Amino acid sequence: MWEKVKSFASEFFVTGDPLIYGADVSIALTLIALVSVLTYFKKWKWLWKEWLTTVDHKKIGIMYILSAFLMLFRGGVDALLMRLQLAVPELDFLLPDHYNQIFTTHGVIMILFMAMPFMFGLFNVMVPLQIGARDVAYPFLNALSFWLFFFGAMLFNLSFVIGGSPDAGWLAYPPYSELMYNPGPGQDFYIWGIQISGIGSLMTGINFIATILKMRAPGMKLMKMPMFSWSVLSSCIAIIFSFPILTATLALLFLDRYGGAHFFTLDGGGNPMMYINLIWMWGHPEVYIIVLPAFGIFSEIVATFSKKKLFGYKSMVYAMMIISLLSFLVWAHHFFTMGTGANVNAFFALTTMLIAIPTGAKVFNWLFTMFRGKITFETPMLWTIGFIPCFVTGGLTGVLLSVAPADFQFHNSYFLVAHFHHVIIGGVVFGYFAGLYYWWPKMFGFKLNERIGKWAFWFWNIGFYLCFMPQYVLGLMGMTRRVFSYGWDKGWGDLNLVSTIGAFLMGIAFLFQVWQIAHGVKHRKDNLDKTGDPWKHGRTLEWSIASPAPHYNFAVLPQVTEQDEWWEEKLRKKQGQFVPAAPKKLEPIHMPRNSGIPIIISAFFFVAGFGFVFHWTWFIIAGLAGVAACMVAHSFNYDTDYYIPVDEIERTEAESRVTN
Amino acid sequence: MKLSKVSKRMAAVLMPILLLLTTGCTKNIVVLDPKGPIAEQQMDLMIVSLILSCIVIVPVLVMTAIIIWRYREREGRQAAYTPRWEHSTRLEVVWWGIPIIVILILAVITVKGTYALEPSKPLESAEKPITVQVTSLNWKWLFQYPEQGIATVNELKIPEGVPVRFEITADSPMNSFWIPQLGGQMYAMSGMAMTLYLQADEVGEYWGSGANFTGTHFSDMYFDVESMTRDRFDDWVAGIKETSSALTLEGYKQLVEPSTSAVQTFSSFPEGLFEMTVTKYGASHNHGLSWEQAKKFQFEE
Repeated sequence: MWEKVKSFASEFFVTGDPLIYGADVSIALTLIALVSVLTYFKKWKWLWKEWLTTVDHKKIGIMYILSAFLMLFRGGVDALLMRLQLAVPELDFLLPDHYNQIFTTHGVIMILFMAMPFMFGLFNVMVPLQIGARDVAYPFLNALSFWLFFFGAMLFNLSFVIGGSPDAGWLAYPPYSELMYNPGPGQDFYIWGIQISGIGSLMTGINFIATILKMRAPGMKLMKMPMFSWSVLSSCIAIIFSFPILTATLALLFLDRYGGAHFFTLDGGGNPMMYINLIWMWGHPEVYIIVLPAFGIFSEIVATFSKKKLFGYKSMVYAMMIISLLSFLVWAHHFFTMGTGANVNAFFALTTMLIAIPTGAKVFNWLFTMFRGKITFETPMLWTIGFIPCFVTGGLTGVLLSVAPADFQFHNSYFLVAHFHHVIIGGVVFGYFAGLYYWWPKMFGFKLNERIGKWAFWFWNIGFYLCFMPQYVLGLMGMTRRVFSYGWDKGWGDLNLVSTIGAFLMGIAFLFQVWQIAHGVKHRKDNLDKTGDPWKHGRTLEWSIASPAPHYNFAVLPQVTEQDEWWEEKLRKKQGQFVPAAPKKLEPIHMPRNSGIPIIISAFFFVAGFGFVFHWTWFIIAGLAGVAACMVAHSFNYDTDYYIPVDEIERTEAESRVTN
Repeated sequence: MKLSKVSKRMAAVLMPILLLLTTGCTKNIVVLDPKGPIAEQQMDLMIVSLILSCIVIVPVLVMTAIIIWRYREREGRQAAYTPRWEHSTRLEVVWWGIPIIVILILAVITVKGTYALEPSKPLESAEKPITVQVTSLNWKWLFQYPEQGIATVNELKIPEGVPVRFEITADSPMNSFWIPQLGGQMYAMSGMAMTLYLQADEVGEYWGSGANFTGTHFSDMYFDVESMTRDRFDDWVAGIKETSSALTLEGYKQLVEPSTSAVQTFSSFPEGLFEMTVTKYGASHNHGLSWEQAKKFQFEE
């Protein structure tokens, strides 16, 4: 009996690697600490009522961003482990299989469990406020989206201590990801972690399209909508067309692995090329999905801190829509060297280059927003300015890669690795940081320390260039991606060492950000945002209400007449032309009620997913039965909403720090 | 595609600057040190596209610096401030127009290059090309020389100045076959045979690698490449014929087993081994082979 338990445990838990034992211990300690603190301070009920069951878009947004930060930490540690292994030739710091698992999880986590939730977090906290709405279109669905993402991410993350991580790269190309070469549970964790969170992403896409199209404040025509909301709309359109492809692709891979099908296998008539086409039909739009909202954020910030209207509003809108459309026509540029032939390669090279045009136009528009403005350099603006040269040069290497015949020399090399980190960090991560700093006071009601923020900014930027510029050269030296070690004879040692140092500078930068947040929380009383418009030059509706926003957002829905409604109103006041509309009578506000079902149903999805990974039928049945039971329970729940009475609104408004 | 003298000179200035900016060391940059016509033309394309892109990028970077400096808020500033200025058709035409023109030029060059450098297009040469059949195995490379009747593992020798027709497949997860100094890579995929023409213009030693991830010992899939005079090549072939043992089907089965390998040479190999590898996973698509032929190549289990 004891022998049986031992042999099960040795297969079930990942053993044999001291790094992972260390992780086991730290996970256990963190959990124990968390549970004891919550119990000691009697916070369980508060946690459940205020956070776990909430349907408030602002709180959901904060939970998204918090999860994204945790995942940034995990993915970042993965990156540093890899850079350590590559710092010097012929190091034995990581075993090859462990290295392969780390680069796989680094890629998946950074794109799907860091960038996506960070983006959804910013959607959630700001879109309803920007368009003058009281909530998203489907608040329950919104909570469900978050918890599906969360449990999907947890399932994926579990793999490194239980069962073993996937090791076939972030897109899991078959045949290597098929049973023939990859019999362990790692690939199944990959499939189910992404599937479960992917349902959430798709629902968020639908939710925000509905929110933006149907819930704008009266008078806010589409062409008067803030640029960030436009970018969210364009990104969500790409989400609803691309995520179903991902779901179908992974479902087919699952059938191969679980049901013995032969969609992508070597034998039985399977065709791995089909998977590669399908996965990039999702994968390429995906990178635009995450970068478009960053473009929106930069547009907001550059106008605010230049104290000037955004230049070329309409061409910005068209550019984003063109990018969102073109992103679906370029997927084959990821495999120019797979023998697709000159006709196909020429077509996809051209569509890829075309994207440079609208993207370039946006950069010019940002530049001319600053032109004849009054630029100040608070942290959000600093990140925006840092982004421009970074993204422009990263775009340049992207154009180089799009030249199909030359790509034969870049493909699978470190040149490519450098390029996509260049644009994704320079575009997406810098953009989300800019957005986080910009909207932080609105989310939490206090400002962060600018000095620490500037240290973080410089460490990030210097580390970034030091890390990735050498990688371009390494690519031209013939270093291929995903190698876990290399010989002394190639002469790649120096540049790799520089690159590793750069990576660690970015790690230090992250610590500065953590310190900045801790410092901000500690000293929040001294830095309260009493005006609701902490940057003093806010232009859009979110700055017209108190910080943090009351849970109903707007006591009276605003009436919009112009593009930068709040800025125009401030101008009119300044010039004494402001005629306040007759104060509207407050009315009871219709609000959704909290619900425990999203978190419970997602936990059941997690159970079912875990069952699928280990082929435990009774787990699968229990999980799916739980999901069905939750659906039934929710469909018979008629107590889903309530009204906030007028006197409560009056009280909240009086307490709020709005001084306008 | 051949470059004019002017652009070659520009490139000669630009590239080192780019590299010096990033590193300060320029040796070992194999992609920029081509030894064959394909790699050379690919490098030319890189340089042309770099120069074309710089037409847009450099002014943008300069403008960014000037605008941020000039319009920063400070006391006693002279520069104009126009908070409502938000549109200028003329300017927008300029910055949509210039990139469109640049991309158009680049597009023409790219399309031409795509057809000219289509990897399965034979190289123009007075010499008759030799064929090398490449098989990616877990985690080693098998090279078969059907005309010479020999085979090697992890070592490739070719005559200089002679086009080499590589036929590439895999008996393992897909990989890609890359010799940076001779030209761009080509995927090795099971169930297919890809064609890639390369040529070494001079005698010399290079190296190649598997560029696409294939699992545990992927990082060990380097191989040495040597281009030699025709006479020395013939001597090398004759030497292998004389001293090495034959590769049998049994021996091939052992090679297929996942492991790394030192250099090996074989004086012969089973007839149709490469075709067998290509067809063994293609149950439903036989790539022109009849069922009879395909069956002949199946392993006798």
